[in-house]
This record gives sequence, structure tokens and C-alpha cells, in this order.
Amino acid sequence: MQNKNQQTTSIPFWRDERILDILGQILFVLIVLFFGFVIIRNMNAGLAKQGVSLSINFLKGVSGFDISESLFPYSRSSSYWQAYLVGLLNTLSVSIIGIILATILGVILGVARLSTNFIINKLAAIYLEFIRNLSLLVFLIFWYLGVFLKLPKVNEAILWPGDIILTNRGVGIPWGLPTASFPTFRLIMLFGLVLAVGVFFGLHIYEKRTGRAPLTLLWTLLTFLGVSVLGWFVLPEQPVTLDLAYINGLNLAGGKVLSPEFMALTSGLVLYTSAFIGEVVRAGISSVSKGQVEASRALGLNAFQTLRLVVFPQALRVIVPPLTSQYLNLIKNSSLAIAVGFPDVFYVSNTVQNQTGRAVEMISLVMLTYLAFSLITSAFMNWYNQRIKLVER
Amino acid sequence: MTEMNSVLPPLSERSNVLRWIRKNLFGSVLDSILTIIGVLIAYWVIKGFLTWALTTARWEVISANLRLILIGQYPLEQAARLWIGVAFLIFLGGNSIGIWARESRFSVALLLSPAILALLPFSSGPRTWLIVLSVTGLVGWWLGRSRPEVLRRSVIIGWVISLPIIILLTHGFTPVDSGGVLAIVKTNLWGGLLLTFLLTVVGILFSFPIGVLLALGRRSELPIIRLASVMYIELVRGVPLITILFMAQLMLPLFLPQGVTIDRVLRAMVGIVLFSAAYLAENVRGGLQAIPKGQFEAAHALGLGKAQTMIYIVLPQALRLVIPILVGQFIAVFKDTALVAIVGLLDLLGIAKTVLAQPKFLGLQREVYVFISLIYWVLSYGMSYLSQRLEERLGVGK
Repeated sequence: MQNKNQQTTSIPFWRDERILDILGQILFVLIVLFFGFVIIRNMNAGLAKQGVSLSINFLKGVSGFDISESLFPYSRSSSYWQAYLVGLLNTLSVSIIGIILATILGVILGVARLSTNFIINKLAAIYLEFIRNLSLLVFLIFWYLGVFLKLPKVNEAILWPGDIILTNRGVGIPWGLPTASFPTFRLIMLFGLVLAVGVFFGLHIYEKRTGRAPLTLLWTLLTFLGVSVLGWFVLPEQPVTLDLAYINGLNLAGGKVLSPEFMALTSGLVLYTSAFIGEVVRAGISSVSKGQVEASRALGLNAFQTLRLVVFPQALRVIVPPLTSQYLNLIKNSSLAIAVGFPDVFYVSNTVQNQTGRAVEMISLVMLTYLAFSLITSAFMNWYNQRIKLVER
Repeated sequence: MTEMNSVLPPLSERSNVLRWIRKNLFGSVLDSILTIIGVLIAYWVIKGFLTWALTTARWEVISANLRLILIGQYPLEQAARLWIGVAFLIFLGGNSIGIWARESRFSVALLLSPAILALLPFSSGPRTWLIVLSVTGLVGWWLGRSRPEVLRRSVIIGWVISLPIIILLTHGFTPVDSGGVLAIVKTNLWGGLLLTFLLTVVGILFSFPIGVLLALGRRSELPIIRLASVMYIELVRGVPLITILFMAQLMLPLFLPQGVTIDRVLRAMVGIVLFSAAYLAENVRGGLQAIPKGQFEAAHALGLGKAQTMIYIVLPQALRLVIPILVGQFIAVFKDTALVAIVGLLDLLGIAKTVLAQPKFLGLQREVYVFISLIYWVLSYGMSYLSQRLEERLGVGK
């Protein structure tokens, strides 16, 4: 009887957690809105004093500055927007080249770290420990000012085997020069690519149906290469001729000349990130228990098959998530290009912002750009991770 | 165990230099080739570096500019204040070692390192100070060792107030002309390692509470709070630090009311705090997720409210779990502070430009940047090594 009485008197609302929760959130939103309002009002007042208002129309204006390297024709009469695109493509190319090279070097380091060979093992360990405790920015600046700008002058250039010319004006490497039949060759390569994708999916379906694991990637690659090589010889003239870099007076000419800025940024990023990737790979491979290897050897698989069919698929599950964050780190770290003067998206935007005084717009644009990079990369890696993940029943 | 070890392995497996070399270096043909290549690379790198460092390098650029690299333009007549601050820290460190890591000979050797540095030829001026540092550290260690119970509380309080004390000592509070004891030293004179150190410590200390709040917010049941935390964390983690530093330099002054100005060092600190908080939040969240549900339920059964459960039950355990990761974060922030050089502050990296601009030392980039890398490397490696030792000793993170 008494219980019933107690239940009818409800808790006062100021002690009811459900209501308090809602009130608390409303208060939080109000505080955020208030500060947002104050910030925007201050900003507008400040901008009004400078005689500008927020808009992105200025991006159409003529830039009036040069950019040292660009993947498409750009001149000082191009617009700010085009300058931004040049920077964007430069960031993309550095990131992609960096990710590929850092992955290769990182895998080598990770495997070397697990080697039974004492010297190789310890060398890899020293390298990892050495690089991981450096400050990346200092490392990059050292590569730029201490290595690539300290290379000899053009007339005293160092020649490396493979027709590589090292000078303080840049590094010249051999490069392909397209001839008249190159467009046809491009079509043949496209056909090879389509065929290779077909082979890939065909083998994938075969694997699903029979449970045997064919060397899918190898056959895909071979199809593509086979078609390309065939096309190369079928065409009446060579589609690409080799163009060597050479010294022309006080400059490098021919081939492809990689600027010291690009070389410093790429080598710094690759060497730095590869140490972290090496650690990730090492952890991934050693996470596969020894019993797995022994069991697969007992089943009669050879060393290569053990690696390909047993160790690697399991290690990959451990490797992919931290590898993703290393890739993201590399992309974000490429913004340090500003310290070595490579015109990436951040550097170009900074120049635009200095010229136009549009700090708010340009910084927001750059932040959105990097956010988009991050989101796309993590979406792709998440998709990949889902695909290779252990199917749990 | 001891019995197992006392049994000798068969003769063919006993260690023997030649056999070890054969097994570990020349096991197969491929192994032999790799060994030879490895030795050649190591020989080539070490020889190249040593030839450069011992013959061509002109290290006088470092000894002539050591003060600039360590404290920047900080007035020399006020440098005693910095030494006192460092001595205070070393005293606390010695105390802590005496109380918590009394068996560690390595830590005691660490306290002696300033005195060893004093033996180096270039530190003629501050030699007395270096010896004073070692003596203070050893006195602190001895006190902590002999009276651990009495000092335990005061040491913790000492660590808590150490940052305000250091900042007060560095900045001062009496106007320059009044002739007071601690004249104000403007932040634009702070530089070198001093500035890097202050940026790191301020960055970590202030981002800590924000990071914990963000982590709690991300785990909260309240949708708006959770959404706001997730958005903040992912936004900051998705952009490079340098964009946040530029935002702090260029946009922060716009956001503040008219007439309110904050100086450049403070702006950089705000940027680092905002950045580091997001990463810290994710680390703390890892610790929070590791707390079993039973802890929440038990706390609830005992009648503790949500806030009480968090403060008294969950957070202490979660934070203890993530101490090793937080040390890693501290090191990361330390290395990242180099980015303030890009926005024009004269930290350890930024001061290098000043050093290299002197006509006497033109073209000595390699020497200066190798030395600065060395400082970063020694400090980061030292911190991570020390924290590993302490973790083993104290059993934290387990």
C-alpha cells in the first residue's frame, strides 16, 4: 500500500535524468551557437574593416604568379582557381608516388626486421629506430638544403649508371618520348587493361567456384603486359622512344628533370613513412602464429605457397587498418612541402592567400581539400578491409 | 627453470663464434649475399658520415651559436631564471626517482648527466650551473629515497604547479623598467629549445582535459554531444597540423573582438592544443573502451551517478591504461612543434635560419640541421626509452 503511494509522487523534473539530459544538450547547443555567433560577428566586423566580404569569386581573378612545376599548362595569366588545381595535382602525384615507394620500402624493411640473418635484422632495426625518432620537418629540410641543393653544379654533375644526372638544379632521368604511333599504342594498352580486368574477374569467379586459388594478380599483370608488348612490336614504328637527359649549357635538358624540391619532399616522405610501415608490416607478419606456418608445411605446401596462401592473407588483416593511417599521414605530411618550396596545394593556396588577403576562404578550401583526401582514402581502405576481413559465422 | 638452464645443450648446439656466424650470417647462398650487401651498406654509410663529421664539417657554427639554439634571443642576464626552473624540474625528477624507482641505477646515472656535460669543452659559461643541476638532482633523489612517505604528496603537488612556475619564471611579471626581480621577457624573445619545450608542455597539458572531455563526449549517450565530439575529432584528424597552425595565426585574430590581440606564440600554442586534443581524445577513448561493462554496472549498483562513476571508477582505470600511449603522444607533439617554424616562430628549427643567416656561417646547412636533428632524436629516443623502463618498473599499462 505504501509502495503505491510512493510511486505516484513522481521525481521532480530537476532531478529527472531524462529531462536533465535534454536540457543539458539544449544548453550545449545554445552555448555553441552563441560562440559561433560571436565569432562570425567579430569576423565580419574585422573583414568589413579591411573592406572585403566572404566570397569565392576572387578565384576567377588572374593569378599573376608563376608555379615552378605543373602537370598541365599554367602561366601567370591563368586564374587563381587553375593555380589551386595545379597544386592539387602536385599534392596528388607526390602522395601517390610516395605511397607506392614507401609501401615497397616498408615491406622490405618489415621482412628484413624478421630475417634470421643477424646483420640484415639489426640494420633494419637501427633504421626503424633511427627514423622514427626524427622530426619529419627537420628531416625534409635536411634533404633539401643539406643534400639536393648541395649536389654539384651542372657543369660538374655526378653521373650515375642508368643515365641519371645529379646536379643542384635537379635530377635528370631517362624518359619516354611519344612518337606518332603513340595514340594507337595507348588504345592497345587500354584494350590490354580491359582484357586484364576480364581475366581478373574470371579467375576470381573460378576461385569462388572451385576453391582453388590461382595466381590471380600474376595472370592479370601478365595479360596486360602481354598485350602491351604485342602492340609494341606490331606497330610499324616504336610508340615511345627513349629520351636521355643531357647537360645543355647551365641547365639540364631532355629526359625528365626532377626538381630538387620534388626530390627532397618525396625522398624525405618515403624514407620517413617507410619506417612506420615497416613496423606495421613486422607486427602484422609476426601476429600470424608459428603453428600456421608449420601446419601448412605439414600439409605439403612449399615456402612460397605458405607465404601466399596462409601467412599473407592473415597478416593483411592486421596490417591494413594501421597501414591506412600511415597512408593518411603521408598525404597530410605532404603539406610540409611549403618548407622545401614544392608547389603543393597548401603552398599554392598560401601564395594565393598572400596575394589576395583571402585568409578565411583559402584556409577553409585547403582544409576541405585535405578532409576530402582523408575521407576518400579511408573509405577505399575500409572497403578493402571489409573484403579481406575474416568471415565470422 | 634453473634446472632446465643448467642442462647443457648437445655439443653440436653449444655456442661457438664460428658456428654462430655460419648459422646466422651464412646460412644459405642468399643469406651470404644479403650479409655481404648489408655489411657493405653499413660500412659505406658509417664511413661516409664519419669522414664528413670528422674532417669536412665545421662544427664551430654550433659552439658559437649554442646559446641561440638553446634559448633563442632570451636575454643572457636573465638566463639564471631558466637555470633555476630547470633545477626545480630536476629536483622533482630526482625526488620521483628516489620515491618510485629507487632501484634504478640508470635513472641515477641520468641525474649525473648534466655534470658529465659540464666536462665538454664548449660549455665554459654554464659549467657551474650544470654542476648545480646534478647536485640538486642528487639531493632530491637522496631526500626522496630516505623519506618517501613524507615527500610523496609534496612531489605530486610540485609536478602540478611546476608548469605555472616555469612559465612565470620564463615570462616574469614586473615591467622591464621598474627594476623588479623578475622583469618581463616578451615572448618574441623566446626561442630555440626553450620555446620548443614550452610549446610541447603547454600543448600536452592543456589538450589533456579537452581530450578527456572529447573522449567522454564521443562515448556519451546524448546524441548532440556525441555528434559534436565526433565531428570535432574527425575534422581535426583529417587535416594537417600546418593548416591548423595557419588558421590559428591568421584567423584567430579575426575571431576575437576588436582590439583584443594575442601574441604569436600564444596563437601557436592554441593551434597545437586544438590539434593534439583530438588525437588525445582517440587515445583516451581506447582506454575507456577497455574498461569492462561490469565496472559500470557495479558502480551503478553501489548507487553512484553517471558523473561519479566516470570520475571515481572509470577514468582512473582508463587513464592508467593509456599512460604508455600518452607518452607516445607527448613525443609526437614534441616532434610536431617544429612546424611552428613555418609560421615564423624561432623554435629549435626556426632558429636554424637565424644561425645560417650570419655571414660567418653561410652554407653550413648540413652541420646545423644534423645537430638539430640530433637534439630531436636524443630527446625523443630518451623519452621513449625512459618511459619503457618506467612502465616495466611500475607495471603501468598492464
